[in-house]
Amino acid sequence: MAITMTKGQTGLTGNAAIAVAMKQINPDVCAAYPITPSTTVIEDFSSYVADGKVTTELITVESEHSAMSACIGASAAGARVMTATSAQGLALMWEMLYIASGMRLPIILTNVNRALSAPINIHCDHSDSMGARDSGWIQIYSETVQEGYDNLIQAVRIAEDERVLLPAMVCLDGFITSHAIENIALLEDEDVKKFVGEYRAQNSLLDTDKPSTYGAMTLPDVYINFKHQQSQAIARAKEVVIEVGKEFGKKFGRTYALFDAYRLEDAEAAIVILNSAAGTTKVAVDELRKQGKLVGALRPRLFRPFPFKEIADALSHVKAIAVLDRADSMSGFGGPVFNEVRSALYDADKRPKVMSRIYGLGGRDYKVKDALGVFNELQKVLETGKVETLQKYITI
Amino acid sequence: MEDKKTELPLGGIIPEGGTAHDYSTGGWRKLRPIVDKDRCTNCLICWVMCPDSAVIVEDGKMVGFDLEHCKGCGICAVECPDKVKAITMEEEG
Ligand code: SF4
Ligand code: SF4
Repeated sequence: MAITMTKGQTGLTGNAAIAVAMKQINPDVCAAYPITPSTTVIEDFSSYVADGKVTTELITVESEHSAMSACIGASAAGARVMTATSAQGLALMWEMLYIASGMRLPIILTNVNRALSAPINIHCDHSDSMGARDSGWIQIYSETVQEGYDNLIQAVRIAEDERVLLPAMVCLDGFITSHAIENIALLEDEDVKKFVGEYRAQNSLLDTDKPSTYGAMTLPDVYINFKHQQSQAIARAKEVVIEVGKEFGKKFGRTYALFDAYRLEDAEAAIVILNSAAGTTKVAVDELRKQGKLVGALRPRLFRPFPFKEIADALSHVKAIAVLDRADSMSGFGGPVFNEVRSALYDADKRPKVMSRIYGLGGRDYKVKDALGVFNELQKVLETGKVETLQKYITI
Repeated sequence: MEDKKTELPLGGIIPEGGTAHDYSTGGWRKLRPIVDKDRCTNCLICWVMCPDSAVIVEDGKMVGFDLEHCKGCGICAVECPDKVKAITMEEEG
């Protein structure tokens, strides 16, 4: 709970803030299994359940596979459903993630990013959520505790929008954001309740007057058509993310977009980076700007669907770009964010030079000096017009 | 090209009940149950045991099989009491 109280601000860890958002959303069902570093989300939330602060049915299960299965069952019954996990927990949900999205169930999951084993490691990287990037879930990444809290509230509206009806995952950095205390502005319970509104499922397994079947077999005559529907729905999620981010800003003063561009308008070199490390990068940008260097940063907020056109437009005037990934897709050809960004820029009139740098795996620190080192490399690319090493590990 | 099937219900959900009736499970039958009504005592054990509700009963009497849904598993033939053994399974022609 709150550690410090200054006017209008509450000192909370990322996980505590997520639990407060869940309390304010008051979902019908929450099924979860504890795993570091997401454990305290459900620990805090279960206190709210025990203290009668929410009316949520909390289902404690024996594994994450069961947690997601219970979420799917409850969602098919028409409930608003939430859960939280990390790393191996998300990996164990894998099979069910596809079932949730394929059945178009708007389940909300907080993924506290942690490295996947082996070797076993409990600290931050994005290998867990990046592995799930093709599972049909919307993915929203959060730089700060405040954004994690705000994103979770918005995710409910985005997932449940009838143009979308897909599950959504809100990601924040394990320990760095989940366990660090930040002064944030909480919304009033009543405002959150109004903002998320009431969820009315299109079908409910419990509605015996209107019986329905979930999970029926489909053969080659229709399977691809259902996937086509799903693909169109996730593409539509982009406009809903924009709308909801704007409405959130209008009501509560903090507007959110598809990505966060920092000092990018006249930048010649830029770093693209997700989540908390964007903050460190911005400090490096400020230092270099003081020396007159034209540098900037871009932090994607929405990663699935990937706003390729908007990101390409924002970056196409930049001459040299380094995309920093806190996950390696083990292709020998750059990290997952790198591949999306570089592909998005393919249609630009003057294609920027783009390189991949993998950083911070398993919680390795990413410091201002690391960002400065990357900008140094980009400077060389500006001078020579050449990328010498396409993919490289840094912070090692 | 516009996809004609985009009007399908979301997520493969079947938004109505009793649709299994429209699906012909009889299509894959290899063995066909034949009842000898001279031996049958109308105990209705076959009707109870058939997993596909393919035994037809009228006015409390077993009258035959719904071959659209009978998949030929032979459970009815096994369950028909030993004293009568009124059902035999024959190869589909
Ligand atoms: S063969 Fe099987 S499916 Fe057919 S009537 Fe007998 S029990 Fe039912
Ligand atoms: S189980 Fe045999 S005797 Fe009984 S109703 Fe069926 S066919 Fe007739």
